[in-house]
Amino acid sequence: MFLLSDVTFKNIINIEKLRIPRNKITCIVGESGSGKTTLLKLLNHLISCDSGEIWCQGKNLKEIDPVLLRREVVMLSQAPLIFPGTLKDNLLIGLDFSEKKPVEDKELFELLKSVKLDKDLSANVSEFSGGEKQRLALCRIMLMEPEVFLLDEPSSALDDETEELIIEKMVSFTKKKNKTLVIVTHSKRIAQTHGELTVTMDKGKIIQVEEAVK
Amino acid sequence: MNGIIEIGVAQLLAAYVFLVILLAITRRQGIGREKEILLSSLRMTIQLIIMGYVLVYIFHVNHFLLSIGILVFMEYFAIRNIYSRIKIKINQRLRRVITLSMLFGTTLTIIYFLLIVIGLKPWYETRYFIPIAGMIIGNSMTGISLGAERLIDGIKSRKEMVEGALMLGATPERATKTIVNDAFTAAIIPTINSMVGMGIVFLPGMMTGQILSGVSPLTAIEYQIAIMLGILGSVSLTVFAMVQLGYKTFFNERSQLEHGEL
Repeated sequence: MFLLSDVTFKNIINIEKLRIPRNKITCIVGESGSGKTTLLKLLNHLISCDSGEIWCQGKNLKEIDPVLLRREVVMLSQAPLIFPGTLKDNLLIGLDFSEKKPVEDKELFELLKSVKLDKDLSANVSEFSGGEKQRLALCRIMLMEPEVFLLDEPSSALDDETEELIIEKMVSFTKKKNKTLVIVTHSKRIAQTHGELTVTMDKGKIIQVEEAVK
Repeated sequence: MNGIIEIGVAQLLAAYVFLVILLAITRRQGIGREKEILLSSLRMTIQLIIMGYVLVYIFHVNHFLLSIGILVFMEYFAIRNIYSRIKIKINQRLRRVITLSMLFGTTLTIIYFLLIVIGLKPWYETRYFIPIAGMIIGNSMTGISLGAERLIDGIKSRKEMVEGALMLGATPERATKTIVNDAFTAAIIPTINSMVGMGIVFLPGMMTGQILSGVSPLTAIEYQIAIMLGILGSVSLTVFAMVQLGYKTFFNERSQLEHGEL
């Protein structure tokens, strides 16, 4: 899906070579400050690398329309983003941003149920807990059905049980729809259980790439 | 009664009693702003005296180059004033946008107003050209200062939201839509509010001046209505151009937020 070659960004990232496979679950682990989030931002093209090249499905990122790229390579930030409005507004805003058609309420209900977010569509989102906001943000990007999901610490605001549920949900969703999932995580357990490829970063460098034996 | 009662020097001096009252209050209360108040009053007096003589000369000469020269002079100072009024950092590209929007919006309105609304002949008649251009430029200056400050502040304080929207594939335009609309509204609200109170809460300066100089109140209100609409138009045009071009200055050609510009 992605190929990085001699990529540097300030003194945060220095990656000689990295391949992120298509239709697979890739986990990126490493200490905080090791450049994991910056790597995701590079893939989402929210920032451009200072030197080196990044390819997405054989195309150089520099030659792809950045907005269209982000509609297919969607990133979820660590702090869940909440926009003014109701739960429904917040769920549909991703589709609105990417100029896709909104979906029926029925589909929204089902999605909310699947992540155990039992709320009314007209609920006031600003009163949600951190975990609830995070689940809402996940539902928002699932509705967009992009080719690639880039998740930055998606479970940091969740308790263990909900974390497992959410990751499970994301993984099965990705597999069912034949998508690609890249998860930045602190949790070794998530990487071990779900990662088909685990990339370990340290001080901006890739120090280990491990393929899961299945 | 026609014409205006001339105020003599002695009578004018009598008006300074109001200043003395203010000075007495500040001294008694220990507010300690006497120097500032005196200086402001002095500046007001000197500036207006000079302006009076300059206008007498300009109206007398009544040359088109004078009208244009003064227009350029007013635009220059208005734009400088905008930069100094905005207390937060303005990036270079936004400075250019502010300048262009001011020049474009105000000039267009002034031309339309003088030629179509008033039907001024000759078009440069200084007695009309200068005060009308002054009112339009002055109000647009206030509007654009408010709008630009809101725009910069909005993008700065809602940086995460803007980036979050970009991450989900929003165009920079869509990602900043709320901020842009807020900035536009903030800039035109004072003009709209001033229309609401007009004629009830206060009589606008231009109308008062015309009435005092013997013009029929009905003619005076015609001018006042027209100039208010002209001001509204100019403020809307300048601010709209500024916000529509302005948000782009925070992004690069790869639709990325330029953190350096904030």
